[in-house]
Formats: sequence, structure tokens, C-alpha cells
Amino acid sequence: MLDVSNLKVSYGQSEVIRGVNFSVPQNETLAIMGRNGMGKTTLFKSLIGILPTTAGGISVDGADVTNTDSYRRVESGIAYVPQGRMIFPNLTVLENIETGMEVSKQKNVPEDIYALFPVLQEMRKRKGGNLSGGQQQQLAIARALVTNPKVLLLDEPTEGIQPSIIKDIAKILNEVKKLREITIIVSEQVLSFTMAIADRIIVIDKGEFIHEDRRDQVDAAQIEKYLSV
Amino acid sequence: MFDEYTYSELGAIFAMQGFAGISLFSVLLLMALGLAIIFGQMGVINMAHGEFMAVGAYTTYLVSTLTESYAPAFMPYYFFIAIGAAFMIAALLGYLAELALIRHLYKRPLDTLLATWGLSLIMQQSFRSIFGAREVSPTLPDWLMGSYQPTDMIDIPLNGMFVLGLTTLVTLGVYYLLYRSRWGLRVRATTQNRVMSGAVGINTKKVDRYTFALGCGIAGIAGAAFTTIASTGPTTGTLYIVDTFMVVVFGGAASLLGTIISAFSIAQAQSILEFFISGSMAKVYTLLGLVVILMFRPEGLFASKIRR
Repeated sequence: MLDVSNLKVSYGQSEVIRGVNFSVPQNETLAIMGRNGMGKTTLFKSLIGILPTTAGGISVDGADVTNTDSYRRVESGIAYVPQGRMIFPNLTVLENIETGMEVSKQKNVPEDIYALFPVLQEMRKRKGGNLSGGQQQQLAIARALVTNPKVLLLDEPTEGIQPSIIKDIAKILNEVKKLREITIIVSEQVLSFTMAIADRIIVIDKGEFIHEDRRDQVDAAQIEKYLSV
Repeated sequence: MFDEYTYSELGAIFAMQGFAGISLFSVLLLMALGLAIIFGQMGVINMAHGEFMAVGAYTTYLVSTLTESYAPAFMPYYFFIAIGAAFMIAALLGYLAELALIRHLYKRPLDTLLATWGLSLIMQQSFRSIFGAREVSPTLPDWLMGSYQPTDMIDIPLNGMFVLGLTTLVTLGVYYLLYRSRWGLRVRATTQNRVMSGAVGINTKKVDRYTFALGCGIAGIAGAAFTTIASTGPTTGTLYIVDTFMVVVFGGAASLLGTIISAFSIAQAQSILEFFISGSMAKVYTLLGLVVILMFRPEGLFASKIRR
């Protein structure tokens, strides 16, 4: 569903992503793990088109999106939940969700979104900025889902969120995969969360993929070693 | 300064200057709406905004002259056509300016300041070349002239009331567009976080272009309204741009209600003070008041309350 070949991303002279290759089939959840500063966020930003790529190609469902604007990529089926959630603080919860519906041309928020996130229906008139961190994370996921994506990118969805909510988010992501059969790519530092959702785990280090495992064969101790500073 | 007047005279003076101030309020509000929308959306301080108002005023003058020579019977109604034309032409010019100039400078705020200032000089000189340096006025239809006299001492000018009505309509329209339509949602999302808006699927460049055109179009309407209270010259826009900046800063850049209240208080303060002291002293006092209030509320009158 998502194919990335020899992707390189640089900030000026320093190359942060050094030619990574991967493809993720439909209905698979891939976790990209790595310590801070190893290029997870940079990789995600270049996938959604916030950062330009220096070389390589990105295609979604066969369509090449390498040098297109972000909104075109969303139209092609990529949705993005950024690190730090980045909801629109001054818009209401409902309006936040509606911003994602520009692409899917829907008039009303689909029922299954409120079924997944009942708290958002309750709070739909509140300003997004007044929600708690966990609620904002749910809002950001909902806003991405209403674009009807084929590929959902989540950049560190557990960052700064309390453990009980982390479990809820894992449950929601598994539910989403079951309902919509989409591709999910998540970047993470928390191994327990990854083990709860991922089918496959890749470890990134200094902009290169250094380790890959299916979940059922994962050697947790070794991955912990990669993640420890 | 009040002792030389009786109470009833004072009442009449306040009422009349108040109504005179309403015309100023209307023009300032229309100008500020356009400026605030553009600044909020793109972070561009449009120094040429006054010139877009002058475009609207000159358009009104043109429509009036054409009507007078080709269809004199149509004179009582031409003003409505003129308002529409003023909006369309100012919006079109704004669209072109965004396309040719401003979109290349979005990430350089100081350069946009300089570029739009240059644009304003170019536009001023074009006015001078096309319409001449002398001030011009459209022939106003009869029903816009004269005044309504509720008592012997009070005159309420009809043109002021008309302009107020027009401003109310435009303000309601802008409110509807910004807060009730999908287009407005796109604008507000882009205003808050441009990068993220793109990443949820909003075509931010298109939103920019139409927002800039809309802001300039509203300035055009302000220009049409302006012709009912004063005559238009090449430098007309420059005279109003400073007051308009004051309105936007005082009201809080992102608040529609703040913009309305700030335009009203600045226009009224100026208009009423002008009767008792000279015009420039009136401006000094208004500015001093503003500075003091902004010291206590640096984000303007109405800043929205959310966690950051």
C-alpha cells in the first residue's frame, strides 16, 4: 500500500534519513522504533510532505506522491497524526474533525468516528485547546480518520500521555485496523505499546534501518537494547 | 472645555458628532475587517490596503460618471451597482497582486511589508496618471443627500445611516463566511496552523489567494462607502491606513467582535473630541488612550481564552 524506495532527507548539509527502503501492505501495522534524534519524526514529515525529500520515491497504492504538496498526499490517501498532536486549539472539537472532511467531501461526521471516540461527541462544542492530552490525541486520530485514509501515520502517539490512556489508544488503533483494513505506521519508543499493536517492528538508528522483526519472532531484550541510551 | 455649553446643547452636540462618527466607524470597520482577515490568515501586513479602498472609491466615481452620461434615468440606483463593481474590481486586483507578488514572500514578513508598500506607491501613481491629482467625487443619488431632523438641534445625515446599513450587511456576511461556512473553517484552520492544515488535506495556497482577494474586495466596499462622506484623491488610502492599523491592533487581530468595538470606540472618540479641540489633538488623545489600554491588554480587547 505504501512503498518507499531509497528515501533521503536532509536539513541543509546534514543528511538525516539516509536512503531507507520499505513497503507496507494493506492491513498491516508497522512500528518504527528508535531513540530520540534518530530520524523518526523527520521520516514521517517527509512522508506527509512537510519536509522535502532529497532523493528517492514515495508511492501510495501505486500512485507516486514524491514531490507533491501535503494536501495532495492526503487526497491520495495518507493521513498524518503528528507528534505533539497539533490539533487546532481555537477551533471546537467538531470543527477540528471537520477540517479533515475537506478531502472526503462528507457533510456530517461519520457515525463510526463517534463510536470509536465517544468522548469527542460529548465535548464537540468545546475548544480543542481545552481538552486534556489524551483527548487531544483522540481528536487528532479522528481528524486523520475522516479523510478516509489508506495509510495512517502516527508519530509518537503515546508521548506525554498517561498509561491507562495509552492502553485505550492501542485498543482504538487495533479496532481501526479491524474495521477499515488500512495500513498503519506508527513511530514509538514504548515497547509495550508497540507489542500491543504492531505486526512488524523496524528499528531506526542514525537515519538507517538496522533491525527488522515480525511481532511473533520479536526478541524484546534485543530491541530494548537498541532503544536504551 | 464643556462649560460654555448648556446641557441640552451638549446633548445635541454629542448626538450629532456621534452620528457623524458612525460614518467614520463604518469605513474604519470595513477597512479593518479586510486587513485583519489578511493579517490573520497569512501574517501579511498589507500596506497597500488603503489603495485598495481608493480603487473602490474610484470605481464608484467611474460608475457614477458613466451612468450620468449614458443612462441618466438610472442615476437613483447606480450606487448599488457601484458597490458591487467596487468589490469585484478591488478583489480582482487583490487576487492578481497575491498571484504575482505576495505569494512569493510569505516566509519573509519584512519583505512583504516593503513589497506591499511599494505596491501602494505604484497604485497611488497610477491613480494620479489615470484620474489626475485633483480629488474627485461621484454624483450621489438624491436619496443619499440631506438629513433627518428629529429635533431642532439634531441633524442625522442620511448617507451615514446608509453606510452604517451597508457595513452591517458586510460584517454579517463576513461573520457568516468565517464562522458558518466550510470556506471559513479552512481559513481559520490555516490561520492557526498552516503546516498542519496542509497535512489534513486543506489546499492552503488556494485559501490564501481567495482570502487576500476577499480582504481587498471588502476594502473596495469601504471605498464605495467612503465616497459618500468625502472626496477621493490619489493619497486617500494612505490617510486611512494608520487608523485602520490602530483598529486592528486595539481589537485583537483574531476577533471579529473586538474589531467592531475597537472601530466604534476609536471613531467615536475622534469624532466627539474633534468638536471641542483641534483634529490633531483629538488624535493625540485617542492614541494616548489606546497606548494605555494596550499596556494592560497587550493582545487587544478580545483575545480568545484557551490553554496554550
